[in-house]
Amino acid sequence: MSMSDNKKILLICITFIVLGISGLTCANAASERLVLTGSSTVAPLVGEMARRFETMNPGVRIDVQTGGTSRGINDTRNGTADIGMVSRALKPDETDLHAFTIALDGISIILHANNRVTTLNKQQIVDIYTGKITNWKSVGGADARITVVNKAEGRSTLELFLHYLELKNSQIKPHAIIGDNPQGIKTVAGNPNAIGYVSIGAAEYEAERGVPIKLLPLDGVDASIANVRNGTFPLSRPLNLITSREPQGLARRFIEFVRSLQAHDLVEALYFVPVEVN
Amino acid sequence: MIWSKRYILFPLKLTDSLLHGILRVGAVISALVMLLILLFLIVESWPVLGQISPVRFFTDTSWHPLEGAYHLMPMLAGTLYASAGALLLAIPLGIASALFIVYYASPRLAKWYKRLVELLAGIPSVVFGFWGLTTLVPLINQLHPPGASLLAAILVLTLMILPTITLTAYSALMAVPVEFLRNAAALGLSRWGMIHGVAFPAARAGIVAGIILAMGRAIGETMAVLMVAGNVVQYPDGLFDPIRTLASNIVLEMAYAMGDHRAMLFVSGLLLMLMLMMLSGMAGWLGRSRCA
Repeated sequence: MSMSDNKKILLICITFIVLGISGLTCANAASERLVLTGSSTVAPLVGEMARRFETMNPGVRIDVQTGGTSRGINDTRNGTADIGMVSRALKPDETDLHAFTIALDGISIILHANNRVTTLNKQQIVDIYTGKITNWKSVGGADARITVVNKAEGRSTLELFLHYLELKNSQIKPHAIIGDNPQGIKTVAGNPNAIGYVSIGAAEYEAERGVPIKLLPLDGVDASIANVRNGTFPLSRPLNLITSREPQGLARRFIEFVRSLQAHDLVEALYFVPVEVN
Repeated sequence: MIWSKRYILFPLKLTDSLLHGILRVGAVISALVMLLILLFLIVESWPVLGQISPVRFFTDTSWHPLEGAYHLMPMLAGTLYASAGALLLAIPLGIASALFIVYYASPRLAKWYKRLVELLAGIPSVVFGFWGLTTLVPLINQLHPPGASLLAAILVLTLMILPTITLTAYSALMAVPVEFLRNAAALGLSRWGMIHGVAFPAARAGIVAGIILAMGRAIGETMAVLMVAGNVVQYPDGLFDPIRTLASNIVLEMAYAMGDHRAMLFVSGLLLMLMLMMLSGMAGWLGRSRCA
């Protein structure tokens, strides 16, 4: 009796173990993997999107690595990555790749709401940031010293700003350096003579809520999310996902997901501008 | 019913050795954590330390890690200026507050005053930072632009370390044996004479320990300083110039740093740690030699 009982228990144990192992291998077979590499601007956004995609699709693993736009392009071309992340429009020699814009990134110059200056041209901005113009009087404002607010090294906003002004960071003579957008907005809101730049999404949001800042137009175009979206605002760029051939299967599902309405809140949470996709 | 000595001693011995073991393990863990942090910092900064001569941290023209310039000294100086300034303000204020609580205030007032200081100690540093950014910096800006400056950092840090100094000085003064004070009174010393000649020397070790703690907090404070100091990497010419501290450098740039830039931020952390070790060693030595 007791022998057969023991055997029964053993049998049950073995069954469970076998079932468990087969279950594991099944899960492994079902798990799909997607590797994305590229721009550190796009990576935080895609990382958030990937997390949501993973919870909605159990068994899918999405690996997001940074390394810069050029790494994203190289990895996609040689197949190391399924999808590349690129924080600019594709160049003419990159037409072999397929690009899918997932969001737009725009930067607005911001001043305190009480500042009399209503517009600055590109040269004036360059002169202010390189320390050639140090008083608001020179550009039509009050007689007061300009406080130049710059971003910390490595931030994508800084990179885009420098690219637009064709400057190097070491040429800029800042009076204050800030980290994220909210800190920049608070710094400018607290100093009537400050000039700074932040993501348009963040600036528009705060200005609408009564924070005393104003967004300066650039080249005669108002700094607004709408103008970033329709492509007329000069200080903006698309954030793209790229593939080497027409995306299939999981890659295609992921790209469709990140461009869909289900991911728009994530785009806005990181102060980027969502693209309208039907 | 009467417990014999044997019965009492036996469990005591056991708990004693048990406690001994537990304490020993705890102490080893704390020491290990410290060593591991140091090791981690060294490992993470190795990519840069192995490639770039540390001399460049002193001789490069500026801090632009993306352009290969790694000057750390202005940040070291900024850290030292800000904490030294804060200590200079907070030590006299803190000790004065403690003396007030212990020897001068009425018991009722002393109780409330102490509560208030304790509350100040509990305010998170981010709150100080926000207050500094929205109130203090605009105020200083009216005095002398740009507002975000060494002065703002010193003032915010002073507020943050004041309660530490006050409360430790208070505890140290309260621990002075009552007989000392009675003897002093019996000798006809004035109140200040008693404080100066008796209470202070007796409480010195405790007060110095409090100052070291406060110094550690001032040097390591990140968020509040990040918000008010302006974060420009430069040697300040005066109180109204912006500075960047080593701690805020890490927070400011870590989120987007890669490769050598990232390793350089670990080097800043390593430098901060070495500086803190040196200063606290020095302060400990100073306290001991003064006492002897």
